[in-house]
Amino acid sequence: MSLDKILSLVQTAVELGLVYSLTVLALFLSYSMLNVCDLSTDGCFTFGAAVGTLVALSGHPWLSIPAAMGAGMLSGLVTAVLQTRMGVQSLLAGIVVNTGLYSVNLALTGSKAQLTMTKTATVFTILKEKLSGTFLSGQYKLVVLAVIVTLVVIFLSLFLRTRLGLSIRATGCNADMVRSSSINPIFTTTVGLCVSNAFTALSGCLMAQQQKSFDISMASSGVLTVALASLLIGGVFFGTRRSIPLRAIGAVIGAILFRLVYTIALRLHMPAFMLKLVSAVIVVLTISVPYLKNRAGLLRRRYQAARERGAA
Amino acid sequence: MLRISDVSKTFNPGTADAKLALDHLSLHVNKGDFISIIGANGAGKSTLFNAICGSFFTDTGTIFLDGKNITMQPEHQRARQIGRLFQDPMRGSAPDMSIEENLYLAAGKGGWLSRITGADRRAFRDWLALLGMGLENRMRAPVGLLSGGQRQALTLLMATYQTPKLLLLDEHTAALDPATAEKVLTLTRSIVEENRITCLMITHNMQSALDLGNRTLMMDRGRVIYDVSGEERSRLTIRDLTEKFRQASGRALDNDRMLLGTEDE
Repeated sequence: MSLDKILSLVQTAVELGLVYSLTVLALFLSYSMLNVCDLSTDGCFTFGAAVGTLVALSGHPWLSIPAAMGAGMLSGLVTAVLQTRMGVQSLLAGIVVNTGLYSVNLALTGSKAQLTMTKTATVFTILKEKLSGTFLSGQYKLVVLAVIVTLVVIFLSLFLRTRLGLSIRATGCNADMVRSSSINPIFTTTVGLCVSNAFTALSGCLMAQQQKSFDISMASSGVLTVALASLLIGGVFFGTRRSIPLRAIGAVIGAILFRLVYTIALRLHMPAFMLKLVSAVIVVLTISVPYLKNRAGLLRRRYQAARERGAA
Repeated sequence: MLRISDVSKTFNPGTADAKLALDHLSLHVNKGDFISIIGANGAGKSTLFNAICGSFFTDTGTIFLDGKNITMQPEHQRARQIGRLFQDPMRGSAPDMSIEENLYLAAGKGGWLSRITGADRRAFRDWLALLGMGLENRMRAPVGLLSGGQRQALTLLMATYQTPKLLLLDEHTAALDPATAEKVLTLTRSIVEENRITCLMITHNMQSALDLGNRTLMMDRGRVIYDVSGEERSRLTIRDLTEKFRQASGRALDNDRMLLGTEDE
């Protein structure tokens, strides 16, 4: 394989990693900070893609970004209201919204399962024109994505230091303490989920524009599990004891690393359909290994105790 | 200051497990009172605190704090005026966040988008120095790394940072080792006295129930069965208290932990 070929594979992997890293950052907020496993992620990703695609198709490529984020916020608001005001369990609220969004997405596209944007102006094509002729002309996608991801990382780092951000972190950590600080945890949960879902939807929007097509099943590759796996991989490098900005960067690195490893695995003839299983296994391993280590220590002590009893 | 009138609460109403936890309880607390509360397990002491804090809404009765009816006010709104410490030192602070971040949330100043400033840090440092635990030099350390005593002392600071109208102490030294418990209790006393905070304290230690404060309540089966202050209280002994309990409730005080008194806190 030529060097050019390798470089282009790496570039594609990094681009995809950056697109997904926005979902990983969304989970960083909802899963790591707020301690809510938001199962509406897949639906929200597609929702953002659908809204972003429709707005871009109507001739407003820049507007597609705030539109998709607004749609994500709305979806997060529904999930939050269900679990904080209407007595629906947190996991179920996510599942229900996820299911409902499938119909919403099809309603938006006029029951078309696919929309193409081959001749449509997107944020990527705009920058492609701007960069043509410069040394970055081949990397225009990378530039767009790097800028957006950097902005989101900076936003999260600053946001999580504000009183609102601290309250969101405390809600995931000790809701009693939030209440005794005169802050309503329902409010912080709602804001957290809205912001988180805005990034998930943005991720979907950029995915569609980058691929120049929308597909109703574009999240069926299990965006949530892949993103969770990336988040946990990132946590291996920049764990829970690090500062917030480092952990956010870790989440992005995790997303890129996941794509790189996946690309290599495909090169080594791993069939593409294995993606979901591999990400599922990664999620299980990163969550269970610390737990099992603990258990192993306990079992060893039990075994020793039993042996000593036997010897006595 | 705090006026509780005819408050009742039944848990699991209409089932075989129904339990009348507060039974038409009325209580009037004067400004500046430091009241110790004793009673056997299940007497309703913590339930009374939960009712005052708004952890649940009472079935009947009204609660007025400083002339304002707070009976139906949600918990987080009441928290502006009521500070509370639990027996479990872990309950009052967020372990993954730093000492200064915990204090900043408790201080409750500034808008949603405000951040910790240098002036905040200096103020926190001065406050933390009062504890004499060296926490002022570890302000960026996660609270999860602190010992139980340090966390309880920090929670005390957090609960009183904005001087509350009412401070509720629910056996807040019972889970600490004796030396630390003594230290936290001394701190509590000095903060409460200095800021003239009205305070209710649940304790299993009958001696400190009599030593601390100006008034003692004895609870049983969701009611206040004995309320003593002034001259009469200053002459009371632990033996008198157990006798009072037997008279008022018609049974012996069957709690070893209470009878053994001074050693367990």
